[in-house]
Amino acid sequence: MRRGSPIPLAADGSGRFLPWLIALMAFLAILSTGAAFAVQAALDRWDRGLTATLTVELPAPAEAPMPSDRVDAVLAALRATPGITAATPLDRRAAEHLLQPWFGRVVDMSDLPLPTLIDVHLMPNAVLDRDALEARLDAIVPGSSVERRGAWLEAVFRVARLIEASAVIMVVLVGSVAIAAVIFTTRTGLALHADIIRLLHLIGATDRFIAGQFQWHAFRLALGGGLIGLLMSLMVYGGLRIAIEQVRMIDLAGPTDGLRLPIIALVAVICLPLFMALVGLVTARVTVLRTLARMP
Amino acid sequence: MVRFENVAMRYGEGSDVLKDASFSLAPGSFHFLTGPSGAGKSTLLRLIYLALRPTSGKIFLFDQDVATIERAALPPIRRRIGVVFQEFRLLDHLSALDNVALPLRIAGTPEPTVQEFVIDLLKWVGLEDQINAHPATLSGGQQQRVAIARAVINQPSLLLADEPTGNVDDAMAVRLLSLFEELNRLGTTVLIASHNEALIERSGYPTLTLDGGKIRLTPATQRRAS
Repeated sequence: MRRGSPIPLAADGSGRFLPWLIALMAFLAILSTGAAFAVQAALDRWDRGLTATLTVELPAPAEAPMPSDRVDAVLAALRATPGITAATPLDRRAAEHLLQPWFGRVVDMSDLPLPTLIDVHLMPNAVLDRDALEARLDAIVPGSSVERRGAWLEAVFRVARLIEASAVIMVVLVGSVAIAAVIFTTRTGLALHADIIRLLHLIGATDRFIAGQFQWHAFRLALGGGLIGLLMSLMVYGGLRIAIEQVRMIDLAGPTDGLRLPIIALVAVICLPLFMALVGLVTARVTVLRTLARMP
Repeated sequence: MVRFENVAMRYGEGSDVLKDASFSLAPGSFHFLTGPSGAGKSTLLRLIYLALRPTSGKIFLFDQDVATIERAALPPIRRRIGVVFQEFRLLDHLSALDNVALPLRIAGTPEPTVQEFVIDLLKWVGLEDQINAHPATLSGGQQQRVAIARAVINQPSLLLADEPTGNVDDAMAVRLLSLFEELNRLGTTVLIASHNEALIERSGYPTLTLDGGKIRLTPATQRRAS
């Protein structure tokens, strides 16, 4: 036999919009959190890669291909430099592959004078005097340059920190709105069912018993809303991945990697509906107990 | 069980509904409360079941001064009081069974026991065919019996009933009175507000009469003699 709830909260309409509001809040929170985690994960990968490697560029000679003995001399100089563990020249195909996104497939790059690129690997935490290295290489091949990433990398990290801070602010705002919505819905329910609550008090109900009716109602609504928000955000996430795949940006080996969330982020995102439901439960309980405590 | 000492009650700036009322109900006693309409019978009952606080005077309930009872201590005291409200105050969205079960569920009684007790009691008040019916589909008399069943389901120490036989025929009134007497025999103190002079006369219980804000006790023996 189905047991009826003493307070007909599910039928009163006061919580009709709460699941949709919570769904929207969960959607925004999940996207913000996901973006922050994705940016952090991408930066971690870049940071690991960029601080452990650098690229040396030898300018393309105007008329003939770069003599191999000059390249060998540069490689020898590099390999003799303390802190450098490996120096490997990129072959022409690899260089063309890197330039292909800018020139497209219709341009034949076989006749283009391309610079020689040397991929250099550093020891972890190696301190390298790049100016001195560049000067030594310039003496072997005039115009040689060592890639300088410090300035733009710092700017990228600043932007990333800004994105993370924005995500935190967004989650706080979204959480505040969700809490305010639960408080409003709960107070509306208390006002709508004031007569029933008075009767329950008269037949011996404690404030906690009455709060229990409201808290589980809020839990169910917030959980439903959170799951809808999760579904919406998963659909957007999936759509983004498909869109990026379709424009073939996967060849850049960056953007789609950036959309891959770490395990902790996935767990956080999947647990968010339950977390919002618990926030709804606690908010409703505290609201009811505080309101009833003011009654005679 | 219940003791009023010089209790006065006034709503807002109006006149006194009760004036200097003093009386006591001994544990296990059975009283009727009568008086003309508007005399303050419902107010007196509301003071006893702690829905109102007196303007002045003292009320003792279960040997406690109600003015000193903390809000958090009210629920266990109220669970010892069964109330039949004049307007029934049934919950329309609940079945007869769920309405009657409410005091037991609030008290945390295990569900199988709740079902057993409630169904037995609903059979006793003649509503075995209406167990799953909602109040809106019941007649006034049937609603009144559901309200009575809810008031007595947890065998309260004190039973207060406001016109509990107002919507039932004489046969059912006698049957309900016998239910109250049975509870009284089991130790429940009973106070029934009623206009049913014939029932009061026939039962011969002591009567509290409210008139002009004053309360007067007519003992059972004296009443029989008169």
